[in-house]
Amino acid sequence: MPQAELLPRDLELPFDLRLPRVGAVDAVALEARAADLAKRSIKQEAKLAALDLAVRMIDLTTLEGADTPGKVAALCAKAMRPDPADATVPSVAAVCVYPNLVGVARAKLGDSPVKVASVATAFPSGQSPIEVKLTDVRLALELGADEIDMVIDRGAFLSGRYAKVVDEIVRVKDACGATHLKVILETGELGTYDNVRRASLLAIAAGADFIKTSTGKVSPAATLPVTLCMLEVIRDVHDDTGRVIGMKPAGGIRTAKQAIQYLCVLNETLGPAWLTPDLFRFGASSLLNDVLMQIRKQKTGSYQSGDYFTLD
Amino acid sequence: MSGRLPVRKTYKLFIGGAFPRSESGRTFEAQGQNVARASRKDARDAVKAARGAFATWSGATAYNRGQVLYRLAEMMEARSADLAATCSGADEVEAAVDRVVWYAGWTDKLSQVLGASNAVAGPYFSFSVPEPTGVVAIVVPESPALLGLVSRVAPALAGGNAVVAVASESHPLAAIELAEAAATSDLPAGVLNILTGRRAELAPVLAAHMDVNAIDVTGAGEVGAELEALAADNVKRVVHGGDGQSPWEISAFLELKTVWHPIGT
Amino acid sequence: MADLDRTRVPAAAPLAWEYAPAPESRDVVRFQERYGLFVGGELVDPRSAEWYSTIEPANEDHLADIALAGEEDVDLAVRAARDAFENGWSTLPGSERAKYVFRIARILLERSREFAVAESLNSGKPIKESRDVDVPIAAAHFFYYAGWADKLEYAFPNRRPQPLGVAGQIIPWNFPLLMLAWKIAPALACGNTVVLKPSHTTPLTALLFADACRQAGLPPGVVNIVTGDGRTGAAIVRHPDVDKIAFTGSTGVGKDIQRAIAGTGKRLTLELGGKAANIVFDDAALDQAVEGIVNGIFFNQGEVCCAGSRLLVQESVHEQLIAKLKRRMGTLRVGDPLDKNTDVGAINSREQLERIEELVESGREEGAEIFQPECVLPERGFWHAPTVFTNVAQSYRIAQEEIFGPVLSVLTFRTPEEAVEKANNTAYGLSAGVWTEKGARIFWMAERLRAGVVWGNTFNRFDPASPFGGYKESGFGREGGRHGLEAYLRFE
Repeated sequence: MPQAELLPRDLELPFDLRLPRVGAVDAVALEARAADLAKRSIKQEAKLAALDLAVRMIDLTTLEGADTPGKVAALCAKAMRPDPADATVPSVAAVCVYPNLVGVARAKLGDSPVKVASVATAFPSGQSPIEVKLTDVRLALELGADEIDMVIDRGAFLSGRYAKVVDEIVRVKDACGATHLKVILETGELGTYDNVRRASLLAIAAGADFIKTSTGKVSPAATLPVTLCMLEVIRDVHDDTGRVIGMKPAGGIRTAKQAIQYLCVLNETLGPAWLTPDLFRFGASSLLNDVLMQIRKQKTGSYQSGDYFTLD
Repeated sequence: MSGRLPVRKTYKLFIGGAFPRSESGRTFEAQGQNVARASRKDARDAVKAARGAFATWSGATAYNRGQVLYRLAEMMEARSADLAATCSGADEVEAAVDRVVWYAGWTDKLSQVLGASNAVAGPYFSFSVPEPTGVVAIVVPESPALLGLVSRVAPALAGGNAVVAVASESHPLAAIELAEAAATSDLPAGVLNILTGRRAELAPVLAAHMDVNAIDVTGAGEVGAELEALAADNVKRVVHGGDGQSPWEISAFLELKTVWHPIGT
Repeated sequence: MADLDRTRVPAAAPLAWEYAPAPESRDVVRFQERYGLFVGGELVDPRSAEWYSTIEPANEDHLADIALAGEEDVDLAVRAARDAFENGWSTLPGSERAKYVFRIARILLERSREFAVAESLNSGKPIKESRDVDVPIAAAHFFYYAGWADKLEYAFPNRRPQPLGVAGQIIPWNFPLLMLAWKIAPALACGNTVVLKPSHTTPLTALLFADACRQAGLPPGVVNIVTGDGRTGAAIVRHPDVDKIAFTGSTGVGKDIQRAIAGTGKRLTLELGGKAANIVFDDAALDQAVEGIVNGIFFNQGEVCCAGSRLLVQESVHEQLIAKLKRRMGTLRVGDPLDKNTDVGAINSREQLERIEELVESGREEGAEIFQPECVLPERGFWHAPTVFTNVAQSYRIAQEEIFGPVLSVLTFRTPEEAVEKANNTAYGLSAGVWTEKGARIFWMAERLRAGVVWGNTFNRFDPASPFGGYKESGFGREGGRHGLEAYLRFE
């Protein structure tokens, strides 16, 4: 049974009252720091290295009601070979799909290193009983998911029922076993950076391997300041306990320039040890083509057109 | 048949940063031109545009608002000839441009002149800050066609409000020329909206509109009393302005917020 | 306990990511080979016939030859200023004066990249700062004060404000263009004319500014720029036809000036040194407090009068905060001021570097514990690594004297009262920072701190609308805001 590391699990009442006192974040200063990091000017070899890393960190995502086997098969082909015209471009980290499409993805990806991440736990709203959420996780795993992206119960969080939030994550992690679990906080619904910090701590205490910003279905999704806030939590956890937790900003990251800004924030907050797909992912779809265009621009010197990159 | 035939300008309304015709399709003749005759629905749309733009305009820094208004003056200066042709002449245009510059310089000084830190009798920090009231409807004086308009609109804008102005009925062209300067000035779309048409038809619609926060009746003439009565429906601020320039013309369009906070360890 | 396995860094090789050089282009600015004095609207050779070389502190390369104004040159400049004042400027309607100053503001914005590069080359500060702080705020000062020029009766109701006449202005090398803006903008708005002396080591942006005045069509003699050294400044201070002196610089020189004009009737404002306390309580948002500390002492290489050079940290959070601070200092990029990624640039002069080194040495000798992150300092030029001293006692020189460099001294406190006592225990009183999430405590501390500027949960915030100036030996008079007009007016 996984134990919550940082916060006591069985103290329902005092725990709920104490949490609002945990972890203040000054929004103005946080946003100013993120804006400062976004000004880093990354050029030449450093830029190519960053773009290559960005590709390797992408969880190529499609999460639509209209997703079909055909759509997902095309996505997987793109995930394995993003740029057919350039064999040096690596494959992405994973594809991210709904449970019904996990089997298709698994079959198409075969034994390629690209992982299959499945959303689960009544994604995106999380507004279902725990039994439904756990069944969702179990079936996704049976269908072949390598990674699970779950959502926290924001209704419970925002009404102060933190123990329920923790309990659900603990049970999902238990169902995952050794499978890598990302916990989506849905930062766009949490209202303040203080809440993002608290939710991050709760998720990590309950067993998350990764904390993730968003479902991508709510605006605002990922932002640089929210990412910085979550990375600072990861840094504190590492300082205090030695645990190594990953982070995934998802939604709203569409350009290579943005991706590089996120990497600067990551690099200067957690250092080079975190500059790996094992600890940082981009939840994105249209980002990939913009990164490919920038890679080709770096290599050829000319600005590119979308016509020369496949739409999958 | 000699000489070149000019391409004549069509004078339309200015709503939400764009120049639409009246939804009613009507025009009226003024200064030898067909001018759009705004309807109550156009007035409704203008208020909606103003409300939509208010958050951005009032949320900008005072410095930014000052710069934008200065740029408006730049654009007006650049259009001096067109403006002069539609109002009484170059003198009026110069006075109007200088008035916009004058008000542009107030935006970041209002809180120091109108606001205060209050010496309350207790361990509290108390301060008062002026804030824009919101969407302001302005019934512009019939004349002077440009300076009258600018004298009422500039203080409202400088204070951070979004404006719906009803132009002079006999001389509406200068208002649309001003709108063109506004449209090229970095003023966000919807912050200034200008309706041309029959004032007796438009002014009461604005005076009764529940989403308008203040109505300036300086130019309303005989309809003034009716407008004041309609304004009571949502306790609109009713503004009677002058024809000069002063920070009190701005403060007429402002609220005052007082904040308290304890001082302690 | 499966999750405890994640205590080591996993096998997939992370990227060691070096940022490549990202230099801002120098081409945007072209310096003349030599610059005369800007007097009466023209660049004129100095009657003193003396010139000196101004350099790039990052590598000691020569940039241009600069005139060294003597007494006669100062006299000519004052005459030009007086002439301009009497013949037109003081009687020009405020609204017309305003428009000249608005033009200057716009020109600074239009030529902002040129001014920023020039400033970084001549002063050593990072382009990121000159581009994003110095030049924009300088332009904003002109914009702000332009707006007051025709509104003075509202700033001082019932008092009938009038200009003073000729203002002599002496500015330092740490924010050359910005300090010029802080001085010239309010002076002109109030109807005065000026004779301004930029600092010996940083004349170039002032000379570029002279060109901006030309572009704005400013009447000749309204602004005069006389370059030189301490003797030039003394000549300005002593000149009988200067009505007002404004000085920003060291407390020592400020006192000299105050003595020199005693009894002369000349008006005076002084903005001098500081040894500000940056006070962090245990309930502060710690990561953001660290940013504030770093900004407080490493912004502009710590060459800032209001720098947060003393960190007063509540003992209960001392260890945690210092660990975060040291780690954060490790990400500071020290190097070429023109590189867009540089965080900390060059020290302005050999003289200043030696002063810093002497005080750092005293810190070691007196027993404080020193920490400096690893950084490779260039061979040529004037450089100092970011430095923090812990275990500092109140009596150490590094806790008492203004270092004016990237050196932080850390002391602890237990209670708010003790923090106030320690913060105020200095002859200086320019600024202070307070970090706590508790609003009431910010106001309580602000009430008790004897400092002209108190920053709550932030640091180094400057705005033309916000008055800035010191208590005690940090000087008197305020710059910025409505209050900043007072120094340039007399009241009938």
